[in-house]
Amino acid sequence: MISGRVLVAGEAIGDALVTHDALSFWGGYDFQTGEIIDKHHPLAGICAAGRILAVPFSKGSSTTTAVLLEAVRAGTAPAAIVTTGPDAFFALASIVADVMYGKPFPVIALEAADFALLRTGERLRIDASGVISRSE
Amino acid sequence: MADGECGPAQALAMSILVRMADVYDAAELMDISQAHIDSTIYLGNATLEFAERLASLGARVAVPTSLNVSGVDECGWKDWAVKPEWAAKAARQMLAYERMGAVPMWTCAPYQTHMRPVFGQQIAWGESNAIAFANSVIGARTERYPDLLDICCAITGRVPAVGLHLTENRRGELLLRLDGVPAALQQDDQFFAVLGHLVGKLAGDHIPVIDGITSSPAEDQLKAFAAAAASSGRVALFHMVGVTPEAPTLEAAFQGHAGLKSCATRMEVTTINITVADLRAARRELTTADGRELDMVILGSPHFSLAEFSRLVPLVAGRHAHPRVKFLITSSRLMKERAHETGVLEPIVSFGAQITLDTCILASPMLPPEIRTLMTNSAKYAYYAPSLLNTRVTFGSLADCVRSAVEGRVVRDETPWQSA
Repeated sequence: MISGRVLVAGEAIGDALVTHDALSFWGGYDFQTGEIIDKHHPLAGICAAGRILAVPFSKGSSTTTAVLLEAVRAGTAPAAIVTTGPDAFFALASIVADVMYGKPFPVIALEAADFALLRTGERLRIDASGVISRSE
Repeated sequence: MADGECGPAQALAMSILVRMADVYDAAELMDISQAHIDSTIYLGNATLEFAERLASLGARVAVPTSLNVSGVDECGWKDWAVKPEWAAKAARQMLAYERMGAVPMWTCAPYQTHMRPVFGQQIAWGESNAIAFANSVIGARTERYPDLLDICCAITGRVPAVGLHLTENRRGELLLRLDGVPAALQQDDQFFAVLGHLVGKLAGDHIPVIDGITSSPAEDQLKAFAAAAASSGRVALFHMVGVTPEAPTLEAAFQGHAGLKSCATRMEVTTINITVADLRAARRELTTADGRELDMVILGSPHFSLAEFSRLVPLVAGRHAHPRVKFLITSSRLMKERAHETGVLEPIVSFGAQITLDTCILASPMLPPEIRTLMTNSAKYAYYAPSLLNTRVTFGSLADCVRSAVEGRVVRDETPWQSA
């Protein structure tokens, strides 16, 4: 069980998808399908919809937030995003998804050492206080 | 203000801003005097609904505000594969932001217009390349603002007082030193775009300081560098020693903290050397095509400037693009008009170039499916086009791009990169 700083509160359950490479959602995420499409990225070709996406931070385009908002509206967004350190882009997308559609997703910032404990494929539960635990 | 005393749009924008102030851990908000809005890019119903919600609530920008590229070339989209429904919705999104009182210049290079900010000015800019340019090349001060937040800053005239708005957060954090990179290679047309691509990858979430530049880069070379570093990485501010305004010296770039001589507050700074081999590898990464096939040359990410139009003229003089190859330049209405007025547009159009305004090939679904292989001198186009457009790209110099367009196949002069 690990806990982080809650940037946007919420609850989620999903399979972890973990990367140590930053990601731009514009040019990196297809909001029609939830697939990661950045051909430079190790997760290229993998679907992140409904998963708990652990990505250290956003990079690249300012439009990352708009792609995430479209994904929330289309039902193809990750169930939650977990980062190392606070990432304003992911938090903003979730806040606007709340304002526009009443559908925020949890955004949790972890210490790097805690982030390093996450493994792809683990079924995780995030609670409203930012505690991340393995879900049976 | 969040209570609605200034109107529902301001209240909505302020409520988002206040929640973001918590995210940023900001103790207070501060004033800005200019904004640049990247939220103009139409992606689908959500971006349109957000824009029209704000507009319908009567949103007005509180500070001079420029508008970034949109999702459609309002006058030219019918020449391309843009679907009418897309064009109509993208145009509605443009109208929504225009109604808020922002200046409809529709360009990702607002720093090359009359709305260029000045050194030290507090601004809220979206658009990754413009953020990096404004902070680094001009010395204006903006956080790395995302779409949907930039407009909230413009409507309220306020931002969380954090990050790159504050002097102490603008000091260099990582030293990238050119190691044995010859002056001749630094003069090459592709050098700054390639270096930017590499720096973006190396910098992580740190502010990079680049030392060892021996040339005096032109503004458009710094523009290419900024756009590349903000595509491959998250660079919102860089310091180039002896080049950018907050880095007259190495010591200044680190605000004295990495002083190599007498500074009492000396700190350890991670240093990475950049060699010719590193640059060659970075340049290779920008090319994802393997053959010599060529469907289109694409220039202008960020939007082509008057100086770039002018530099193209002697290269295209007396030549014609191959009938099988499209030659497209993406730019702004303002730059096209200036290019026309100064006489540099005509020879470029005679060569066979087409000009797309207001948007670019990445932001508007304009390319027909038969266009599979691109060539460009833009590291930003080279980075994003393979993923966004499923095209293959060859990266080359401006002269390579012109020559390839004429010959109808990819041709690159490798001399500067082989002999270095």
